[in-house]
Amino acid sequence: MKRRDPLLIVDGLRVTFDTPRGPVAAVRDVSFVLGREKLGIVGESGSGKSQTGRALLGLLARNGRMAARQLAFDNVDLLRAGEGERRALRGGRISMILQDPKFSLNPVMTVGEQIVEAFRVHANVSRREARLRALAMLEAVHIREPGHVFDAWPHELSGGMGQRVMIAIMMVPEPDLLIADEPTSALDVTVRLQVLALLDDMLARRGAALIFISHDLNLVGSFCDRVLVMYAGRVVETLRADELQSARHPYTRGLLACQPRVDGDGSDLPTLDRDPAWLR
Amino acid sequence: MSRASAIEIAGLDVTFGRGRRAFRAVRDASFSVTAGSSFGLVGESGSGKTTVLRALAGLLPPAARIRGEMRLHGEPLRPARSRPLRRRLQMVFQDPYGSLHPRHTVDRILGEPARVHGLDSIDRRIVDALADVGLDASFRFRFPHQLSGGQRQRIAIARALIIEPAIVLLDEPTSALDVSVQAEILNLLQRLRREHALTFVLVSHDLAVVSHMCEALAVMRAGEVIENAGVETLRADALRHEYSRELLQAAQGYRTTPAGMPPAER
Repeated sequence: MKRRDPLLIVDGLRVTFDTPRGPVAAVRDVSFVLGREKLGIVGESGSGKSQTGRALLGLLARNGRMAARQLAFDNVDLLRAGEGERRALRGGRISMILQDPKFSLNPVMTVGEQIVEAFRVHANVSRREARLRALAMLEAVHIREPGHVFDAWPHELSGGMGQRVMIAIMMVPEPDLLIADEPTSALDVTVRLQVLALLDDMLARRGAALIFISHDLNLVGSFCDRVLVMYAGRVVETLRADELQSARHPYTRGLLACQPRVDGDGSDLPTLDRDPAWLR
Repeated sequence: MSRASAIEIAGLDVTFGRGRRAFRAVRDASFSVTAGSSFGLVGESGSGKTTVLRALAGLLPPAARIRGEMRLHGEPLRPARSRPLRRRLQMVFQDPYGSLHPRHTVDRILGEPARVHGLDSIDRRIVDALADVGLDASFRFRFPHQLSGGQRQRIAIARALIIEPAIVLLDEPTSALDVSVQAEILNLLQRLRREHALTFVLVSHDLAVVSHMCEALAVMRAGEVIENAGVETLRADALRHEYSRELLQAAQGYRTTPAGMPPAER
């Protein structure tokens, strides 16, 4: 594949959930093209940002259905790919980091075993070799005592440490695309920046692309190259991250304005008036 | 001790557990809160900020050892709280999904504290409390699962205010909410503070929220208050302690230094 080719093409993605009260459309006609870049998807709860990420991996809940005009990853047609083909992509060339390492790490396996498992599944290596590589991977995610953490159980780790371990596991198969859904929201603010710096470093080393799903407009704006703003299942605006402050859509502008500022004057915050026309 | 102080805390120490397993969660913390003002307690997880709030609220487990002084309007706060004392101090919790009884109606959630404190005209109080937090009477017989996160937090605030406290302790009251809903709740809290002459203690990890809401703040780390400051110091970016500045920087988003790493990676 040439570097200039788009890595992922999403055209007219729709996600619908069947509920006892009838179908609910969570994602309505979302389209974007992803290169080797860091793309942020921002929106409030219920905007469809997480379901967009999950649909790309085929990880919708059982009552979910997806459809699209085109969904292609590196020239593989995801709509026609069989389950075997999708599984090979998932966790191999596309991996995902979720919000809270407390729930995404296996609580009854040591950290080391979980990284070793990733190597054994994705790289055909011996147990001994996998162990050495796992220790090297822990070092790569800036864990000071890899040997100690290797033998630790997930509940013994802090949130920041747990998320580093998650990143280590996800980087094992050397993915081309990482989908991170609120990867730092469960972390303390100062730890957040360290984890992002690590993620940035790992992506740059590998030349991988990132889809960063978050509710935090400022964080995404400062970390990513490009931002999609979602509202009620639709992309209402696409911006270069450095142009976030000159956003045009009233929803994006409203989101930016309603955040308190450290250097503000404490007067009432502007609130968001949701225009029914945004749903059209 | 100044008469204008609603809360005075001096040399507060809280220890959980005993012997070798003892953990000192709060270490020699001191600050005071002017009556009618809003005071921010800032820190990361494990800093002891919530433990200080719980010590004030009288919500620490009985096995916790508390040393030092806590005063409410000049009166010493002891572990055993009289009912009138408890009525003066109410708390709003972080997670509106966890803090409301899932099988009680709004009517019962709001009526209970009023009944516990032996108040009269409970009916009128419930309707007034709802109106106060911007909800109409149609919400009265709903269950929490029929409400959005923002509406739930309004109910939690109404529940705290229905017994007319002087002091409200707010533990990360908006961190579980979307930013647009956060703006509405912060505006609501400021209006209620003015209208009811309330004193707030606001625990938050978000310096922007604290700057918006508070007149003064204390920054906590590892159980200690490392800096006491007025809000003008925060707004002018003039906090002194290195860690306070690090927190402030983290609140401004991701930025790389010329070396290519954010300051926290040094």
